[in-house]
Amino acid sequence: MKKSIIKQTLITASAVCFAAGTFAVAQAQELVVVSWGGAYSKSQQLAYHEPFMAENPGITIINDDSASEGVAKLRAQAEVGNVTWSLLDAIAADAITLCDEGLIEEFDFNTVFSPAPDGTPATEDFGDLIVSPCHIPNIVYSTTWGYRTDLVKTAPTQIADAFDLAKIPGKRSLEQKPINNLEWALLADGVAADDIYDVLDTPEGVARAFAVLDTIKEETVWWTRGAQPPQLLADGEVVMASGYNGRLFSAIEEEGQPIAMMWDWQVFDIDGWVLPVGAPHREETLALLRFATDTQRLADQAKYISYGPARMSSAPLVGKHAVLGIDMAPHMPTDPNNAKTTLLFNFEWWADNQDDLNEQFNSWLAQ
Amino acid sequence: MQGAVLRHLAFESRKLFHQTQTSMPDTAIDSAQPITTADGIPLKRALARALRRDKMKSLALVSPLFIFIALTFLMPIGDMLWRGIEDPIVSSFLPRTVAELKEWDELSGELPQESVYAALVADVKEGADTKLITRVGKRLNYELPGMNSLFRKSQRRIPRLEEGGPYKDAVIKLDKKWANVETWQIIKTFSPTLTAGYFWAALDLQVTPAGDVELLPDKNRIYLNLFWRTLLLSGFITLMTLILGYPIAYLLATLPLKTSNVLLMLVLLPFWTSLLVRTTSWIALLQRQGVINDFLVWINLIDDENRLSMIHNATGTVVAMTHILLPFMILPLYSVMKTIPKSYMRAAVSLGAHPFRAFFKVYAPNTVPGIGAGGILVFIISIGYYITPALVGGRSGTFISNFIAYHVSVSLNWGLAAALGIILLGLVLVLYILYDRIVGIDNMKLG
Repeated sequence: MKKSIIKQTLITASAVCFAAGTFAVAQAQELVVVSWGGAYSKSQQLAYHEPFMAENPGITIINDDSASEGVAKLRAQAEVGNVTWSLLDAIAADAITLCDEGLIEEFDFNTVFSPAPDGTPATEDFGDLIVSPCHIPNIVYSTTWGYRTDLVKTAPTQIADAFDLAKIPGKRSLEQKPINNLEWALLADGVAADDIYDVLDTPEGVARAFAVLDTIKEETVWWTRGAQPPQLLADGEVVMASGYNGRLFSAIEEEGQPIAMMWDWQVFDIDGWVLPVGAPHREETLALLRFATDTQRLADQAKYISYGPARMSSAPLVGKHAVLGIDMAPHMPTDPNNAKTTLLFNFEWWADNQDDLNEQFNSWLAQ
Repeated sequence: MQGAVLRHLAFESRKLFHQTQTSMPDTAIDSAQPITTADGIPLKRALARALRRDKMKSLALVSPLFIFIALTFLMPIGDMLWRGIEDPIVSSFLPRTVAELKEWDELSGELPQESVYAALVADVKEGADTKLITRVGKRLNYELPGMNSLFRKSQRRIPRLEEGGPYKDAVIKLDKKWANVETWQIIKTFSPTLTAGYFWAALDLQVTPAGDVELLPDKNRIYLNLFWRTLLLSGFITLMTLILGYPIAYLLATLPLKTSNVLLMLVLLPFWTSLLVRTTSWIALLQRQGVINDFLVWINLIDDENRLSMIHNATGTVVAMTHILLPFMILPLYSVMKTIPKSYMRAAVSLGAHPFRAFFKVYAPNTVPGIGAGGILVFIISIGYYITPALVGGRSGTFISNFIAYHVSVSLNWGLAAALGIILLGLVLVLYILYDRIVGIDNMKLG
């Protein structure tokens, strides 16, 4: 009796599986889209995954949150010859690496992606943000500064203030890596933005940058994860900290912490899509990619998170925060008021020099 | 575990032999005649057979654990050991170049001959389709900044060179780094498939083209310092757990069972709380705007401007880790102290010793196995500790394991991570052997 029940169950189960399988083949195309999870994936889901699925009932988008291990995992998939990801969200530097290794596809932007509503071709609309033929920019985020309005006597207004213990006494927090910090140190020391990498190319220039960092070394708490700087600021452990603008935005606006932004020489970085070579459902994925990177969709995403849309034509379309109802434009790193002085770090230069400088930086930290 | 079983069996068999001797005095005296069991089999063989059966049984019982350990512990460690010394990248992606470079004298100060450049072009062309040639650049960039972009550039441009050569000038025209003797020296130095390079790097050493090993310049030294700091702080943490744990263990062992059980729960309770919770609650206590600083300011011991920095530095690491590792010291101490009869101390005192003298001469030496076990446990756990130093250690309180994690997940330099891990493993083994020599491992009692 018992046995027959088990048998019955097994038969039913396999029948259901089989039916579901044929159904899936006949009907739905499943696209595995890999992104960063959390609020960021949510903004993507609401801004373009859902509208796209509504327009294309045959396609299901499955979110995978492993973008932080994207490079390593994609390499592993390519090595065994079984790429299961349709689309991957990656920062520019990783995209350059993957592109060099031939693991992701190159695009001719003007033929593949839609022009701006006024007809400006995609290459011009994305402008400088195209750093690799493999990387389709999605957002611009910035590493910038937040400070405690109640704990500083004078508000910092320029990057040099971050290194000025007389003007801003107290602890500050910086990311525990040389990228950005060396550039900021040189800017604070009076080096022109255009000359930074020429100066850093010489050992004396690197020494000069470290000498500036030396002045605040004892007063610095080093962070390694994006969640730390807003926390350190909220705890009053530091009076100012570098951090990702989106995280600082949510600490300020969503949590109401007494923190304000200092945008001087914010460092832009670009996040965007890459299409793995040999990705399943390439045609459908391309359609999604075109849809998700058009002017309106990029502007829509900014309703949910304070990262700047990568297209210039999206900027005027940025509206209000979906929950708080506040205007998002003034919180965007790309807003003209915030973007008076910006730096796009030199990917090429860092790709060559980071092994050496990380070593020097870590050694400097340990001394 | 197995050793104990065998010792037990050997003891049993001696007992058995003794019994046969006493029960059969005649045969025992006559040494020429072998002792047999009741069914005529020589005793020696019967015993060996019985022992073998038991041995097989115990092996069968142990085998699931053994297989588990082999799969999840020994094999990954073996793989890691291997990654620390294997270096197949240069020779597998530039096979022709490596072969041609054998003829070139790297100390001559002159550039390699034309055939080397031709071989390079052939190698790069072959690897260009898959673009895997850029991995050579990534590998060599650990040794010489700029190799990364050199190989990426070459990967794009060399396939476009005209066929037939001569290649030397054409390649140099693509990127002048190819006219740099150092570039070729690095390629030649790292062409063998096995390398000690990661180990040198892990010990802040570098190999010159002439083959000498020298210490890195001051500004590039990291790991020696870190190893030293890891050992020093771990030793200090061990000492702190001993100082704090010894009285508690003594209390637990001497109080009536009812009270001591409650206290024991208090020792174990934090043990069952998540590590992250315990670590982050230390942040709340120790930070500048935290509970302790607030209290000190409130009682006017320090003023508001000069709050103490007790977190994000070595102090934070020591405090948090001492707290977290305390049960590992208390439990072995407790289990040893529990077995020391109270009469020892009473005897010493009744014979005229001052209670202090009795404690140090009689009680304390009896607890050495517990101190040894607790000490070695805490020390070995703490030199491999990772989460707590990462969260509260800041600049001066991070351990070598934080750098191993960094190289595994951020810089992706797994070879260096493996080398650092192996050195750490070696250090533990050396300390263990030292401990065995000085205190004796048999003296250790875990419970």
